[in-house]
Amino acid sequence: MGERCAVIGVGQTRYTTKRTDVSMAGLVREAALRALDDAGLTFADIDAVVVGKAPDMFEGVMMPEAYLADALGAAGKPMTRVHTAGSVGGSTALVGASLIQGGVHDRVLVVAFEKQSESNATWALSTHLPFGASLVVGAGGYFAPHIREYMRRSGAPDHIGALVAVKDRRNALKNPYAHLRIPGIDRAMVESTPMLWEPIRYLETCPSSDGACAIVLASEKAVTGTPAWIHGAAMRSEPLTRAGRETVSPQAGKDCAADVYRQAGVTDPRRDIDVAEVYVPFSWYEPMWLENLGFAPENEGWKLTEAGCTALDGDIPWNPSGGVLSSNPIGASGLIRFAEAALQVRGMAGEHQVEGAATALGHAYGGGAQFFAMWIVSNRKP
Amino acid sequence: MPSDPPSALSAGTTAAGPDPLEARHVLEFPGGYTRSTGPVIGRFLTELRDRRIVGVRTAGARVLVPPLEYDPDTGEAVTGEYVEVGPAGTVQAWAWVRAPRAGHPLDRPFAWATIRLDGADTSLVHAVDAGAAKAMRPGLRVRPRWRERPSGNITDIECFVPEVTMINAPVRAEYRVRPGAALTRFFTKIKDGVILGGRCATCDQVYVPYRTSCPSCGVLIQEEREVADTGTVTTFAINNLPDPRAPEVPFVSAYIMLDGADIPMIALVGGVPAHEVRQGMRVRAVWVPPEERTMSMANIRWFAPTGEPDVDLSAGVPGGGV
Ligand SMILES: [Zn+2]
Repeated sequence: MGERCAVIGVGQTRYTTKRTDVSMAGLVREAALRALDDAGLTFADIDAVVVGKAPDMFEGVMMPEAYLADALGAAGKPMTRVHTAGSVGGSTALVGASLIQGGVHDRVLVVAFEKQSESNATWALSTHLPFGASLVVGAGGYFAPHIREYMRRSGAPDHIGALVAVKDRRNALKNPYAHLRIPGIDRAMVESTPMLWEPIRYLETCPSSDGACAIVLASEKAVTGTPAWIHGAAMRSEPLTRAGRETVSPQAGKDCAADVYRQAGVTDPRRDIDVAEVYVPFSWYEPMWLENLGFAPENEGWKLTEAGCTALDGDIPWNPSGGVLSSNPIGASGLIRFAEAALQVRGMAGEHQVEGAATALGHAYGGGAQFFAMWIVSNRKP
Repeated sequence: MPSDPPSALSAGTTAAGPDPLEARHVLEFPGGYTRSTGPVIGRFLTELRDRRIVGVRTAGARVLVPPLEYDPDTGEAVTGEYVEVGPAGTVQAWAWVRAPRAGHPLDRPFAWATIRLDGADTSLVHAVDAGAAKAMRPGLRVRPRWRERPSGNITDIECFVPEVTMINAPVRAEYRVRPGAALTRFFTKIKDGVILGGRCATCDQVYVPYRTSCPSCGVLIQEEREVADTGTVTTFAINNLPDPRAPEVPFVSAYIMLDGADIPMIALVGGVPAHEVRQGMRVRAVWVPPEERTMSMANIRWFAPTGEPDVDLSAGVPGGGV
């Protein structure tokens, strides 16, 4: 893995439906300054900047690396843009980390953002190239059939998705940055909301958010403040269309997890990892990823959810921040997972802190569940 | 501020109706009354004519806008110190005028608002051209829109308008898209009512639509393989959000593994209520009549149940994935 690398600063904006008071540049700067402040640094201390956002059609910004250079103090410094659909936030963190692990830089600022209110993501995902035969309407339209297939194979009871929706939104009430705040949310409330893309109900989907997240990464000699050490970092991708492709539990996800576990010395993720921030934009992806990431045997992920194992007071809390189900500035959503994992092992997650968390998993996926990015961070130096 | 026109000053002086005992009576001094402004108001109006807004400072150091000649708090004359304020300010309170009258400053719905100009200690009343009532709120930042030819009157400010907080950024990318050799071949067959696939000689998988490279092996696909227009629904979504490509909501978009293919295609399922569609259901393409067929997938209206027994998926989905 090369040089040691740690997260030394995390900055987030409050996630919300519309941030009409700031430009995109103002939004990313807010997160960046908070991350620098957390690390006790200024832009002058940064060697390079890596920025990630969702696909260009989402808000019509084609070259964020050019537009945002001033706002991120990057003039005269290397600046890179990363682009891996919904997993981009995670990939952006990993590209930033690789610049340190490879010995190129000592301090890298990583920023990801989305201002969904400037456009409409479902429109951007449903532009339909001529001569195609796609009937997919938005992300929900794409993922619903794969959720249905998971339900068939696993025999999971219908209410598991609602349990995840309730659990994550209750966690969000403890996170001052979370977008959706639904006091009193319960299974009956979730189950009373309409089916959008059956089997996905309205309250089982993520919101559309404006927001940005930033982290400061440092080499061992450049660490300031409280570090979250990176013990493993991996990315994998696979083609969207391939005969025999396993879309419920994609091979790329399994391979990515195996790689990151091997690097970090994780042999039993449920035992060795204290808390996980996993990209769950539709409630059913919690049990699906529990299996894909090896926390549960095949077809049994839902049993962990049902037994409360993934709750904040369970044996393996998933998404104590409220997750993507509670805040979804798409381009930033992956980085938020990675940043929240770091906050947990730094002991700085506030009210949603998992007591004694020493090792955490950050996870992001994107495209048609074809891009994966993961890292494992710890309060112990590798 | 502009007032209502003289004709509407009081009841009973409206335009003569059919009642012979009702007459129109107008009191309007020809040319209008004059008003000596005095030095304080005169300075304010003179500055307005130059498109500046000034207030006057009181002995107690408050800045009155619009200026008064005498401090209402103490009754003393104000100082001779004029302070340029604004031109931007903040709405304190407002009332929406849904149906403007003839004498109103704007001929479309607007707000009367008290506006605290930057640097002032008092508010002035003026019109705000906000477009819609929902754009108004206390704290709204506004700036004056000046009349083309100022004359030294409060109406030199036509109205106030909200500051710019949002713009539109139209983006348009236009392409001429051609389907390429493989898809052209596929559509040629679709026009004949045939679904064409291609078999990879390396992995022995049949891809639909026909393509010339294997995404698994990266090799050329050289063998055309016609597949059936019947198949099995492997999984599906019931969409409750409308879409122009579907006849109505709810509509079913399904993964259909055609007989002879190894990768499913996504298509509409029709001819059956949405909630009766099942994983494993056998379906057949419903083609439009031959004379209506074109080089497009529109030739297949949707897939409809064949009535055959469902395929048991517990032993695995045909082809492996979904
Ligand atoms: Zn092949």
